[in-house]
Amino acid sequence: MELFINGIKETVEFRNLVQLIAEKGLNSGALVVELNQHIIKQEHWPTTELEDGDRLELLSFVGGG
Amino acid sequence: MNNDTFTLGGKTFSNRLLTGTGKFAAHSQIPKMLAASGSQIITVALRRVDTTAQSENILDYIPKEVTLLPNTSGARSAEQAVRIARIAREAGCGDFIKIEVITDMKYLMPDNWETLKATEILAKEGFQVLPYVLPDLPLAKRLENAGAAAVMPLGAPIGTNRGLETKPLIAMLIENCTIPIIVDAGIGKPSQAAAAMEMGADAVLVNTAIATALDPEAMGQAFDLAVKAGRMAYLAEMADESTLARASSPLTGFLDA
Repeated sequence: MELFINGIKETVEFRNLVQLIAEKGLNSGALVVELNQHIIKQEHWPTTELEDGDRLELLSFVGGG
Repeated sequence: MNNDTFTLGGKTFSNRLLTGTGKFAAHSQIPKMLAASGSQIITVALRRVDTTAQSENILDYIPKEVTLLPNTSGARSAEQAVRIARIAREAGCGDFIKIEVITDMKYLMPDNWETLKATEILAKEGFQVLPYVLPDLPLAKRLENAGAAAVMPLGAPIGTNRGLETKPLIAMLIENCTIPIIVDAGIGKPSQAAAAMEMGADAVLVNTAIATALDPEAMGQAFDLAVKAGRMAYLAEMADESTLARASSPLTGFLDA
């Protein structure tokens, strides 16, 4: 399945959001997820299935002024 | 001094030094700096994660009682700033948002017009909007009318440590706006923070000068003291300046030489 992650086209194995996040080895405590311009709260990750052409933004808070 | 609180976005604060989380050599310096400075409001930014590297969660370094002020840095338009603000709120950051819209990569000057547009939209959505701008009185009045929680005029460009280069323009805002004026950017020394407070600014935001000091914890404390000193001086109503000298003792009754 092909989708855009942080603006880059990627082919991924997992359709399930929580599995994809685990596959990428990301710290879920720090993660903010936006799928097709909608924020997906962490409690909904296990039940979120991704589709071809989806635009996924994986964000986190960082230092800034 | 304990009675000298200020209200921002419906919340009451007793410390007038806002700080930032950028440019620290290590995130572990942040909680120490916060403890030493007593700062109650701190900025953070939102970025795409680097999926190739493990990253720390900056929020782990900020005590729960400190109010988060996410900024919209990275936004190049009102539309992008609005999107970042909504994401930050959805992510549990609260209602405060610092609008930072910058298209100039050389001086990092804020885009005043896009900032106004974003303020108008976000204030209507119930955000407590703190717009970061180049001080401009007509703009500040429009931001006030749009429902901004404060105006944040820059003293000098971000990270330059040059102090209050825009001092006369900031003075206009302090004189004529009813919402709080928070001087943000360019403050490089505690004395400059004190100067902003002596002028009557409601608060200051300092990031670079603290984070890049050799000892950020001590520098945070220095800034805290400077902000308090400046504020006390403002409330004590300083005497005016004079061209001619005014002797401190009478100019008569001297002993014979």
